[in-house]
Amino acid sequence: MTPVDLGMPMVAPRGVGHLRGEQSFPDAARTALGNEQLRRNLGHATSAIRAKRLRVVAEVDDWEQLRRAGETIKAATMARLDEHLARLEQAVTARGGVVHWARDADEANRIVTALVRATGCDEVVKVKSMTTQEIGLNEALADAGIVAYETDLAELIVQLDNDQPSHILVPAIHRNRREIRDIFAEHMPGVPADLTDDPHALAEAARLHLRAKFLSARVAVSGANFAIADTGTLLVVESEGNGRMCLTLPETLITVMGIEKVVPSWRDLEVFLQLLPRSSTGERMNPYTSAWTGVTPGDGPQEFHLVLLDNGRTATLADEAGRSALHCIRCSACLNVCPVYERVGGHAYGSVYPGPIGAVLSPQLTGVEDNASLPYASSLCGACFDACPVRIDIPAMLVHLRARHVEEREKEHRLPSAEQVAMAAAAWTMADGRRFARAGRGARLARFARGRRLPPPLSGWTASRDLPDPPQHTFRDWWRDRDDQP
Amino acid sequence: MTSREAMLSAVRAARGDGDVPEIERAYARTGSHPPGSPEAVALLVDRLFDYRALVTSVQRADGIVGAVTDALGEASRVLVPVGLPEGWVTDGVVDDGFAPGDLDGMDAVVTACAVACATTGTIVLDASLDQGRRAITLVPDHHVCVVRASQVVDSVPEMMARLDPTRPLTFISGPSATSDIELQRVEGVHGPRRLHVVVVVEG
Repeated sequence: MTPVDLGMPMVAPRGVGHLRGEQSFPDAARTALGNEQLRRNLGHATSAIRAKRLRVVAEVDDWEQLRRAGETIKAATMARLDEHLARLEQAVTARGGVVHWARDADEANRIVTALVRATGCDEVVKVKSMTTQEIGLNEALADAGIVAYETDLAELIVQLDNDQPSHILVPAIHRNRREIRDIFAEHMPGVPADLTDDPHALAEAARLHLRAKFLSARVAVSGANFAIADTGTLLVVESEGNGRMCLTLPETLITVMGIEKVVPSWRDLEVFLQLLPRSSTGERMNPYTSAWTGVTPGDGPQEFHLVLLDNGRTATLADEAGRSALHCIRCSACLNVCPVYERVGGHAYGSVYPGPIGAVLSPQLTGVEDNASLPYASSLCGACFDACPVRIDIPAMLVHLRARHVEEREKEHRLPSAEQVAMAAAAWTMADGRRFARAGRGARLARFARGRRLPPPLSGWTASRDLPDPPQHTFRDWWRDRDDQP
Repeated sequence: MTSREAMLSAVRAARGDGDVPEIERAYARTGSHPPGSPEAVALLVDRLFDYRALVTSVQRADGIVGAVTDALGEASRVLVPVGLPEGWVTDGVVDDGFAPGDLDGMDAVVTACAVACATTGTIVLDASLDQGRRAITLVPDHHVCVVRASQVVDSVPEMMARLDPTRPLTFISGPSATSDIELQRVEGVHGPRRLHVVVVVEG
């Protein structure tokens, strides 16, 4: 416990973790678009999952009601988040767990490293966890001489290849079976020489590779999908059984959880356990979900630590127009339906949270200035909102963050770009029905201004494309006048 | 000020003092079929098949031992939890707190369950005496699970309402699987690769 200053909510610190890219989105996207194999792999995988998701969502008659419930449970939780966290702490402690509070990535990494050291172990097994990717835990452990073994198949592929995750659910989505086969053949000790690229054979190779590790592991590190404030219960939702192995067999379990993952009551899970599997892998239910509460004598780890992480979440909560990004349950449906994500892949976003949700979450966790190009990484088509199981209005939030970016630059007396000014103006105009109607009529008047080129500073946009003719009348005018038609 | 105090006061300031929005629970709390009904049981069987679990239906409890024996096939070392009902397994090894390596030497495990959800094909274990600690249904490669009709509910809300969250819970929907290679589902990774469910229709 170290003394700290009060003041503005802190954003995620620089120099640790994986929330910031080395390149801006447009530069990274340009590189990604040149990679034909990547685009083929992504197109193949995302179209398969889109079809599956639509099929299983259509089976649920009350899907829209469930989405509303998910949205309002999350909003109600955020409105009293501090109280739910205090209750969670109390319940976990009462059942034999130890709760730690980490303001940022550095503090969380220090806590986990010290906990592992205290066990005398120099290796841990890990359940796939976005949060520990976010804070760069594996690197911090490595610096302390502790080896972290990723056990999720896709995380294993990424780790063996010394690569970065490119998708929330399937971190190796950018690799096809042939590439995965080659990565295993090159980096996996003892892999059979005649390994094929049949997915069954690849899964079998991963099983053999990790089996001994699971059976002898003494310390595991996990994330959490949900935590129940009432009871202190933690949940991990998974498919392969690597999660069960890590949560059950070791003596010590360390769970790192973002503070936004808490929900008030057990009953709330009846909503999320319907929304999450159908939205993420397109299954009615994922193969395995584990729930545990503190320590149970004779069953599972006898030492349990829960690390509650802020790392920019409070800063996100402070923005009323942006806080619902914290409602995300990490299903990745918005990635799979996004035309931008499908073409550029996850790496271009520079953060462990790619795609539409990443474009609104990453800039809020780091401060908009550090991920300034992400709110522009979208065509605002709205597919992400329709797919989101908790109804996060990502398109509206993107426009809001673009405006925030412009405002912050103005405050620093730096000149915003023409596009940023335009977006701020659009946000102001679209926020009010009357303003929007006037703008539409104004555009119509522009028909009389001949020419296909915009004047500076907007000439960059028309350098490579023609300015379309504004319509003769706006939709609003047409709607108002339609009864007058014969 | 500790990190705990700093985080809690920062969260309090950030969330503001706005009203707590009302939670809309207009979704269905029960499914179309009553708990334990033949329709609910039939739906469960259908959904289990869909996820490539093996299923044997028996009419009454006296059919369990035969179905379990058939399901076990050639398995010679069969692990059972300490409270498995008498007569389900003829020659089982009772769990004695075996180390993970010893569990790995078992050919199969036989347990009961806490509840099953038909719509999603999900079976839940809650570590009661007839199910045992979590590790015994994880390490052996073959899990035979007996589900009685009275334990079958239609919907997820009904399933959750029957569970005690403070017990260690494992929700199982088919054998272990992965979608990590090109987002296509492949059965059989780290958990038991064979899940065989014995359903007791009048149980």
